[in-house]
Amino acid sequence: MKSIQVDRVYKSFKSGKSPVEALKDITFNVEAGELFGLIGPDGAGKTTLFRILTTLMLADKGEAWVDGYHVVSDYEQIRKRVGYMPGRFSLYQDLTVEENLSFFATLFNTSLEENYELVKDIYVQIEPFKKRRAGALSGGMKQKLALSCALIHRPSVLFLDEPTTGVDAVSRQEFWQLLRGLQKQGITILVSTPYMDEASLCDRVALMQNGSIMKIDSPAGVISQFQKPLWAVQGDNMYRLMLELRDDSRVDTCYPFGQHHHVTFKESTIDIESFKQEFKDKGVSSISIDRTEPTIEDCFMELMNQ
Amino acid sequence: MKEGSSISVSKLTKRFGNFVAVDAISFDVKEGEIFGFLGANGAGKTTAMRMLCGLSMPTSGEAVVAGYDLYKQSEKIKKSIGYMSQKFSLYEDLTIRENNRFYGGIYGLSDKQINEKTEFMLHHLHLEGQASTLVKELPLGWKQKLSFSVSMIHDPKIVFLDEPTGGVDPVTRREFWTMIYEAANRGTTVFVTTHYMDEAEYCDRVSIMVDGKIEAMDTPSALTQQFKVQGMGDVFVQLARKAKRSDN
Repeated sequence: MKSIQVDRVYKSFKSGKSPVEALKDITFNVEAGELFGLIGPDGAGKTTLFRILTTLMLADKGEAWVDGYHVVSDYEQIRKRVGYMPGRFSLYQDLTVEENLSFFATLFNTSLEENYELVKDIYVQIEPFKKRRAGALSGGMKQKLALSCALIHRPSVLFLDEPTTGVDAVSRQEFWQLLRGLQKQGITILVSTPYMDEASLCDRVALMQNGSIMKIDSPAGVISQFQKPLWAVQGDNMYRLMLELRDDSRVDTCYPFGQHHHVTFKESTIDIESFKQEFKDKGVSSISIDRTEPTIEDCFMELMNQ
Repeated sequence: MKEGSSISVSKLTKRFGNFVAVDAISFDVKEGEIFGFLGANGAGKTTAMRMLCGLSMPTSGEAVVAGYDLYKQSEKIKKSIGYMSQKFSLYEDLTIRENNRFYGGIYGLSDKQINEKTEFMLHHLHLEGQASTLVKELPLGWKQKLSFSVSMIHDPKIVFLDEPTGGVDPVTRREFWTMIYEAANRGTTVFVTTHYMDEAEYCDRVSIMVDGKIEAMDTPSALTQQFKVQGMGDVFVQLARKAKRSDN
C-alpha cells in the first residue's frame, strides 16, 4: 500500500525579476511503513514539498495523496493523521514542556497517557525539564519536544523537515536510532536532510536538486549505478595534489573526500603504476592510489554534473 | 605568545554564574594555518569563538589575537579579523556592490579600495557583470562563496568561519574549501567550525571540545592514529559520547 503518492507536483514562487521554480513536476511514492529520505541541499525544494503534503500550501499543478487522502479535497482527514516537524522550531516558547504536549494532545482529542508507549523513549529524555518553558530549552531538547508533539496523536505518517541540521555527529546518530524505533511501530516516515551520509540510514531516498528529483532508489541501488571506477588518491600535500590532478588531461573528476581525493578517469582503462610514477616525478611524494567504493555524495555529484 | 602565532590562548575561561561554559582552554594557531574547532552542541565553541572575536570578555585567562591583547585591545582585534556564519552574512535586499560598499565602509576602506576589491571579487568568483544583482537573487552556493569573500574584504589576518557550509550542495561545499585553501596559502589564518566530519580532515590541525574543555588537539592523521580509528568522524564520536552536558 502506498502511504504517500506524489504525481507531477509543480510549484513556483514570485521572487524578483523571474519566478523561482521550487518544484518541477515531482513524482514519487512512499510505501506504508517505509523510512524515506529526501536528500538535497538548501533550495532543492524539500520544505515546499513538505508544506504541500501537509496541506499547508497549494501546488500550482499536479496531485498528491497521503494515506489515500487527497491533499486538497481531503485536507481535514490528512491533518488528523499526519505529524509534522518543521525545520524551524514552531512550538509555543512561553508554554512549558508539559503544557506544549498537553496542548497538542488536546487538539487531537488525546492525552500523553494514551500514547505514552509511542513517545516514551523520547519523552523520558525531556521529562526532567517538564516544568521548563520551551523557549528556555537547549537546541537538542527543543528538537525532542517537537518530535514528541508531532507524535502525540499517533500519526500514521510523520514528516520531518531537516531534523538534524546544525546537530552534532553524536546527536545525529541518536536521532536516527529514534527514527528506526518509530518505524518499527508502523509509522511511515518522510525525512529530509542536507547531510548525504544520512542517506544510507533510509530504506529509499530521493536525491533532490533545484526542484527536481535526480534519482530515486535504495541507498545501495543508488551506489550501484555510479558509472565509473572510483579511485582514492592520497599524498603529502593534498591541496597541491588536487590542483595537479585537476590539471591532468586524463582525469575526469577530482573531489576532496576527507583524507583522500576521489578521482574518476576519462578512459575506462588506465595504467595506475605509470600514472603514479609521473606524479612522483612531478614531486608529489608518498602518493597512493587505490580503488574505492562510491558514497551517496559521489553519486549526488555525478548526477549534478550530468 | 609564541613566534609566528596568530592566535595564542592560555587558560581562557568563561563563567555564566555557576556554569563554566569554557573551562581553561589553551592553544596556539600558527599564521596561515587552517584550524578546525570542533565540539558537540553545547561544548562551548560559540562562547570561545565570541571571546576570540572580542565580542565577549573572558572571566579569566589570557589571549592574544592577531598580535593584540584580548582585554586591552579588543577594538583592534575586530579590525584585524573577518567573520562569517552560515546564518547571517550579507544583506539580501542590497546588491553585491552595495554589500561591498557597506562592509568595506565599516572597515574604513576608501572608495577606490572598495571598487578594486569589488572588481577583483567579481572576477575571481566568475560573477562579472553581476555587481548590480540583488544578493537574494543569487543561488545559495554563490551567496556562501560571496559572503566568504566579503568577510575578507579588508584583508584580515584571521578569518573566523562558523559552520560556513551548512546546507550547501556537495560540489559548492568543495569549491568553498578550495577558497579556504587559497586564503590559507596567501597567509590568512583560518579558524573554522563544522559538523561535516570530512571537512575536519581538510584542516591542518583540529581541536575537539567536550564540556568546555579541549579534549584533543592535533593533526587529523595523528588523532586518527592515536584513537586507532579510520577517520575524524570516529574520533569525534568517541570523545563527544563522554559529554555530560548537551546543547547550548
